[in-house]
Amino acid sequence: MKELVVISGKGGTGKTTVTAALAGLGPDKVIADCDVDAADMHLIMSPEVRSTHDFYSGELAEIDPNECTECGECREMCRFGAISADLQVLPEHCEGCALCYHVCPVQAVHMHERLCGQWYESATRFGPLVHASLGIGEENSGKLVTTVRKASQATAEDKGYELVLVDGSPGIGCPVIASLTNADVALLVGEPTVSAVGDLRRVSELTAHFGIKTLALINKVDINPELVQELKDFCTRQGIEIVGELPYAPAFTQAQLKGQTICEYDPQGLGQTMAGIWERIESCL
Amino acid sequence: MRLVVASGKGGTGKTTVAVNLAWTIKSLGHKVSFVDCDVEEPNAHYFLQAEWSSEESQTVPVPHVDTQACLGESCQKCAQECRFKALIWMVDSILVFPELCHSCGLCQYICPAGAISETTRTIGTLRRGSSQDLDVYGGLLRIGEAMAPPLIKRVKEAASPADIQIIDAPPGTSCPVIEAMDGADFVLLVAEPTAFGLHDLTLTVHLMRKLNIPFGVVINREGMGDGRVKDYLDREQVEILATLPHTQEAATAYSQGRLLVQAFPEFKDYFSALWESVQARTAAPAEDTQDMRGDEQ
Repeated sequence: MKELVVISGKGGTGKTTVTAALAGLGPDKVIADCDVDAADMHLIMSPEVRSTHDFYSGELAEIDPNECTECGECREMCRFGAISADLQVLPEHCEGCALCYHVCPVQAVHMHERLCGQWYESATRFGPLVHASLGIGEENSGKLVTTVRKASQATAEDKGYELVLVDGSPGIGCPVIASLTNADVALLVGEPTVSAVGDLRRVSELTAHFGIKTLALINKVDINPELVQELKDFCTRQGIEIVGELPYAPAFTQAQLKGQTICEYDPQGLGQTMAGIWERIESCL
Repeated sequence: MRLVVASGKGGTGKTTVAVNLAWTIKSLGHKVSFVDCDVEEPNAHYFLQAEWSSEESQTVPVPHVDTQACLGESCQKCAQECRFKALIWMVDSILVFPELCHSCGLCQYICPAGAISETTRTIGTLRRGSSQDLDVYGGLLRIGEAMAPPLIKRVKEAASPADIQIIDAPPGTSCPVIEAMDGADFVLLVAEPTAFGLHDLTLTVHLMRKLNIPFGVVINREGMGDGRVKDYLDREQVEILATLPHTQEAATAYSQGRLLVQAFPEFKDYFSALWESVQARTAAPAEDTQDMRGDEQ
């Protein structure tokens, strides 16, 4: 079984659009949406949710006002500024480290498991989809990404599928690192903009750091031909194979508004281009 | 004033709005600091053509165990109590995994033998610079480092309390964004009129209501999609403070790292009008901003 992870470094370069198009190509596969912060894959996949699971991660402190003597020691010791002046725990700042629990001289602090979001196993017209929604302002998306990734692997093993296709997260931090763990191949979706070129450099350093075979797809090529060349030169220097190019076309937005993949919306044109791109990716898997 | 520019989705034009707005406000003679809180993939400096004058390595505290003083196998209290599994008992000693450590200080506090002190781990770089008469601050998370929030905090702390701080937030709705929004007077949410744009905007609007910070929306690339974002904002009674058109010329100027306010006179007008709207909202008494948020869900 192989795992292909689509990442971009920068948001908005077309990661999800590309992943959704690839979902309808190639062998039977399990699809995983690991952009748990802003998961958009389901908008194209129209999943029928078969099972929903609560995702708990870490803990949250709670101060019982009936037991608290307002000594303020917890507030003084907390390194995250998670206890307000009136001795309330601020959930968006609490890391669940339990220092306050240990510090409190009267045991007024109680630690609770923290519900951070939910993850789903669904059926779609492209096969099984594992996706998630992180609670608003909740943290630890890396752990939720890992949960989604592991569940999609288990499903693929169950069904005897040979591919897991992962829509990664933007950036180079915690969620992306979690998306890339176990990847056989990373596909970078880049665009020819000054900022995206910089971001692609950073994210390719990350894939190199983890020793993952890396491919690239250049999206929106007509925006800036000079930078396309710069991207290509960079990929050549880094030994990153370019598997194809996509134009800056309104069809992509139109397909998204209709809840379709680009292959469904424009099967003869851009759908053919994507099919060619898939063939080149497949030869690298 | 601390003005944060944010968006649930990457690539909607957060940085575009932030840099062009900062430039517009600066051109009106205000003292502006630009604070780039996207430490994973910082981009604002390309558009501001910022020159970095200093780069400082940033560290966070991590435990160091004095094996001589450690009580050993009979204790293991630090390993048992660490919520992040950053300390583990291995064969004959406590092993520290710095990457997993949240720097909370618990292990040091609870060690009965006083065997734990703190050493440091590098998380990235803090950068200070300028662009013409704009002060620019940013950070660069070390490749392979997972924890962005502590670095974002440093970037914000380093920024001079100018008259106006423009803070470019990272994408999403999780911890790095909350760190960037902490202490904001007003937030501008940038959204694009597409299916993905609407979905991610909805999440961010929920976040704003949870954090209870006054906010308004900038629609970017108007004409690219349809009216679903506008309809949603109407229903939610969220104000649209600016609408920026979708043009190939603007996309190209952006790709070259140019400021739209310098490339196109009409964008200068859009951003001047946006600044006026923001000023009107932030000068309003608190009751009015309450109304603006619409009903809690």
